Amino acid sequence: MNKTLVIIGHGMVGNRLVEEIRERDSAENWRIVVLGEEPYAAYDRVGLSSYMTESTAEELSLLTSGTREDPRVELRTGVGATDIDRVTRTVSTTNGETLHYDALVLATGSRPFVPPVPGAELEGCHVYRTLEDLDGIRSAAVPGTDGVVVGGGLLGLEAADALRALGMRAHVVEVAPRLMPVQVDEGGGAVLARLVGDLGLEVHTGVATSGAHAGEHGGLGSVTLTDGTEIETGLLVFSAGIRPRDELAEPAGLPRGERGGFLVDGNCRTEDPRVWAIGECAAVRGQCHGLVAPGYRMAAAVADQLTERGNAEFPGADGATKLKLVGVDVASFGDAHGTSEGALEVVYANNAEGTYAKLVLDDDASTLLGGVLVGDASAYDTLRPLTGTALPGPPEQLMLPATQAGGPSTGVLPDEATVCSCHNVRKTDITQVIASGAAEDVAGVKSCTKAGTGCGSCVPMLKNLLDEAGVATSDALCEHFSQSRSELFEIVRATGITTFSRLIAEYGAGRGCDICKPAVASVLASSVNSHILDDEQAGLQDTNDRFLANMQRNGTYSVVPRVPGGEITPDKLITLGQVATEFGLYTKITGGQRIDMFGARVEHLPEIWRRLVDAGFESGHAYGKALRTVKSCVGTDWCRYGVQDSVTMAIRLETRYRGLRAPHKIKAGVSGCARECAEARSKDFGVIATERGWNLYVGGNGGFSPRHAELLASDLTDEELIRLIDRFLMFYIRTAERLQRTAGWIESFDSGLEHVREVVVEDSLGIAAELEAAMSRHTENYTDEWRAVLDDSEKLSRFVSFVNAPDSPDPTISFTEERGQIRPEPIDLPMPVAQPGQDQVTEEVSA
Amino acid sequence: MRWHAVCREPDVPTDFGVAALVRGHTVALFRTGDDELFALGNVDPFSGAGVISRGIVGDRRGEPTVSSPMHKQVFSLRSGKCLDEPETRLPIYPVRCRAGVVEVGTS
Ligand SMILES: Cc1cc2nc3c(=O)[nH]c(=O)nc-3n(C[C@H](O)[C@H](O)[C@H](O)COP(=O)(O)OP(=O)(O)OC[C@H]3O[C@@H](n4cnc5c(N)ncnc54)[C@H](O)[C@@H]3O)c2cc1C
Ligand code: SF4
Repeated sequence: MNKTLVIIGHGMVGNRLVEEIRERDSAENWRIVVLGEEPYAAYDRVGLSSYMTESTAEELSLLTSGTREDPRVELRTGVGATDIDRVTRTVSTTNGETLHYDALVLATGSRPFVPPVPGAELEGCHVYRTLEDLDGIRSAAVPGTDGVVVGGGLLGLEAADALRALGMRAHVVEVAPRLMPVQVDEGGGAVLARLVGDLGLEVHTGVATSGAHAGEHGGLGSVTLTDGTEIETGLLVFSAGIRPRDELAEPAGLPRGERGGFLVDGNCRTEDPRVWAIGECAAVRGQCHGLVAPGYRMAAAVADQLTERGNAEFPGADGATKLKLVGVDVASFGDAHGTSEGALEVVYANNAEGTYAKLVLDDDASTLLGGVLVGDASAYDTLRPLTGTALPGPPEQLMLPATQAGGPSTGVLPDEATVCSCHNVRKTDITQVIASGAAEDVAGVKSCTKAGTGCGSCVPMLKNLLDEAGVATSDALCEHFSQSRSELFEIVRATGITTFSRLIAEYGAGRGCDICKPAVASVLASSVNSHILDDEQAGLQDTNDRFLANMQRNGTYSVVPRVPGGEITPDKLITLGQVATEFGLYTKITGGQRIDMFGARVEHLPEIWRRLVDAGFESGHAYGKALRTVKSCVGTDWCRYGVQDSVTMAIRLETRYRGLRAPHKIKAGVSGCARECAEARSKDFGVIATERGWNLYVGGNGGFSPRHAELLASDLTDEELIRLIDRFLMFYIRTAERLQRTAGWIESFDSGLEHVREVVVEDSLGIAAELEAAMSRHTENYTDEWRAVLDDSEKLSRFVSFVNAPDSPDPTISFTEERGQIRPEPIDLPMPVAQPGQDQVTEEVSA
Repeated sequence: MRWHAVCREPDVPTDFGVAALVRGHTVALFRTGDDELFALGNVDPFSGAGVISRGIVGDRRGEPTVSSPMHKQVFSLRSGKCLDEPETRLPIYPVRCRAGVVEVGTS
C-alpha cells in the first residue's frame, strides 16, 4: 500500500470503482480514500423511488461489508471536497483536512436542474435525487391534496408516481409536446400519456410552469402554468433534467465539456494524467451519460488502468432505457428517433390496446437501428440485442405484442439469433434439442443447452419455443404461479416487490397455497431481509418457520440452539440440561453436533428461548430451509495431525451464514486435515484443510440420493474461501428450484460442476460482485429470530395453546417414558371418518 | 345451538389460524383475505395431532383451504372436506362475529 487513490463522490459509480479496485488490486498497491458528501454511504439511486413506499435506506445500500472492513479503504461520509490543488496533489475537504493523492478520480455525479421559475426557492419546492430529498418530500406530502412535478421525463414520471403512492393527486408538467420526449416519439408519447393518465396522474404537456406562489403560511401555496391553469398545492418537485457536478473544475483548472462535465478522453482521463472522471460528472470525449451502466463501464476502465491491467478504454454506451412504473411499459433503444441518415421507420400502433411500437431501420430496411416500445415492452429483450444486426424477419412481426404466454414472440427470430446471451445459445440450438425430444420442458432445455441458466431473463423465451414446438410445459410452481421458483426470484429481484400479496396480484392468481407461500417466503427472505414473522410474512411460513422450531409427530416442537462449529462451554451445556429438565424435554445429540430438545409445547417455546437466549444461545434454524450446521473436527487446536484451525473456520462460516434462507436446508463441515473427521465431503459445502490453505468441496449430501461433494477450488486463503462460498451459496439460492438440493442443482446444469466453477470461480457471467453484495446484505442484516420474537409482544402473542385459554395444555398431547426420557404417546385415531350423509352431521352442529 | 364467545376479532389474524378451546373441543379459527371467518376441528385426522390451526391458508381453484402442517393434506375451509382424500373431513363449526367478538356455535 504505497500509493493513495482519492475518490471524490461516493455515489453508485464511485462505489463501483472502489469495488473494482479491491477486486483487482491483489498486490495491494493502493490505499483508497473516498469522500462522500451525503450522510449515507453509496446506495442504489436507480431504485430510489422504492424508498418512498417499500424499501429502507439499508436495503438500498450498495456497501458490502467487505468494504467497511477492508483496511485498504477509508470511507468518509458526510465529507465534501472543496478544492483540488494539482501542483501539490492535494484535495481540501469541508472538515478542513488536506489529503494527498497519487491518483484522483472525480465521481461527483449530477445535480438536479431547477428551471428559473419565480418562487422556486419557496418552502415546499423539492428536487428528486437523494434519500434526503425523498425524506423531505415524504414528510411534506399531504394525502388527498394536489402535488406537482415539473418535468415529464423518466424521473419526473417516477417522482409523480411516488407522489401518487403517497396518496396525492399528482400533476406532471412537461414543456415538450409529449412525455419522455428524449426517448419516445410523438406516436409513443400519445399512448404513454393515456397509460399514465390511467394510473391517475394528470398530464399537462406543451406548457411550462410560470410561477410558484406563497400561500398563507409563507410556504408554497399554488403553482401556475403558462396556459393559465392554477393548481393549489403545497408540494412541487423539480425533475427537469440534470447537470453534471463539475464545480471543482474551476479551482482545479481542469477543462470542461461544452455542455458541462469534466472533459476526459476515451480513457476517462483529464488532461492531467493523474486525474480521472467517471460517471455522470464525466464528459467523455465531450459527452455526458445520465445512466448508471455507462458509469459502471467507466469505473471498470479506470480500475484497469490503475491496476495496470492495460489501457482499457470506455467502450461507449447506448442510451437504452426502460421506465420503471408498474403498469406502464416504455422502452427505447438505439437510434430511437431515427436520426441516422436515410433511416426508415416502421410503426405499429394499437390504440384499442394502448400499445405502440416503432422500429428504426437503415436505408435499405435490412438493419435494425433502434426502436421505441410503449404499452408492451416485452419485445425489448429480443429486439435490443438485435440492434445493429440484420433484421431477422419482416419488421411488423417483430413488433407484434407478446403472445399470451407473456414472453416475447420467438417465432420471428431467425435460427441464428442469440436467445440466451449469457451462454451464447442460438435459437436453432434450442429448437433442435426440442425437436429431438431431448428436452421436454424448460428444465430440459436448460440442462441440454445451458440457455436460461445465466441471468435467467431468457427463460420466458425458452417457454415460448417449447410452446411453439407444441410441447406443453409446466415449470409452474403450483396452480397460483405459472413461474418456477428461480423465475420468481428474478421477478422479485427485478421489480423490488417485497410482499406475497403484491407478487400474487401482479404475477400469479388466487390466494396461494402451502407450495407457493413458503417458496415465496424463502425468496423474499433472501431478497428482503426482514424478520420472517413480520406482518404478512408470518402467514406464508411452513409451520416450522412460523414457530421457529421443528414440529414433531404429536404436534409438539423440538428446539435446537445454534452451537457454531460444535464448540460449547460447560456452562452452556449445563444450561441446556437445566432447561430440558425444567420443561421436561427429551434430549438427543444430532448428527450435526447440536443438542436437540424434543417435546416442547407451543406455549412453552418463548420461555424456553428466553432461558437459552439469556445464556447466550441463538436459534439454530433447525426448522428452516436454511443453513443448519457447520460441523467441525478439532483441527490444530488439539489434534496432532491438524494443519489448519478448523474450529475457528467452522465458527466463522457458521456465524456468517446463520439465518440464510435457501431452496433447501444447507449443511456444511470443516476438517482440519485430509483425514476428514468432520465428514465434510458429505455436506452441501465442505472444507478440508491442506498445508497451503483450504480445499472447497460442493454438492455433497443429496438427501434421497447420497453423494460426495466434489472439489471446486483448492489451496484457498481464508478470504478466498469465504468469497467463493458467498458466491456459491447466493448463486444456488437464486437459481435453484423449490426443494432442490445443491447436488441436484449442480446436476441440472449441462456441464454440471464445471458450469458452477465458471460462474463462481471465474465469474463468467460477471455477477460475482452482485452475489457477494447480496451475501453481505444478508450478513449485515442478521438478527436472532428467537430474540426478535421475545422483544415483540405482538409476535409473542401467537405462541399460545389456545387463543381463549393461552396456558391450557393441548389435551391431544401426552407422553410415556422410555429409557428414562419422555416419548410421544402413540395417538389413538378415532378419526372423524366421513360417512355418507356427513353433511347432515355438519348441519346438526350448526342448527 | 349455543354460541360461545371466543376472542376479539383482531385476535384472528388474516390467513393465519389460531386454536381455541370450546367446551372441550379444540377448534381451529381462520379468517381469509376477504374477511370471511371459518371454524373447523383442530385435530388433524391423519396424525391425530392438534395442529390444523397452524396450517397454511390458501385456495384451490378458488375454494378457500388450509393444509395440515403435519403431512400437508389440504382441507376445504367451507366444508371441512379433505380435498386430497375426500373420504376424510374435519368437523366444521358455525362461527360469527358480533360487536367485535368472535363466537363459535355448538349444538
Ligand atoms: C430517482 C432516480 C431514478 C433513476 N433511475 C435510473 C434508471 O432506471 N436507470 C439508470 O441507468 N439510471 C437511473 N438513474 C440515474 C443513476 O442513478 C445515475 O446515473 C447514477 O447514480 C450516477 O452515478 P454517479 O456515481 O455518477 O453519481 P451519484 O450516484 O449521484 O453519486 C455522486 C455522489 O458524489 C457526491 N459528491 C458530489 N460532489 C462532491 C464533493 N465535492 N465532495 C464529496 N462528494 C461529492 C454526491 O453527493 C453523490 O453522493 C436514476 C436516478 C434517480 C435520481
Ligand atoms: S480431520 Fe485431521 S485435524 Fe481434524 S481431527 Fe481428524 S485428523 Fe485431526
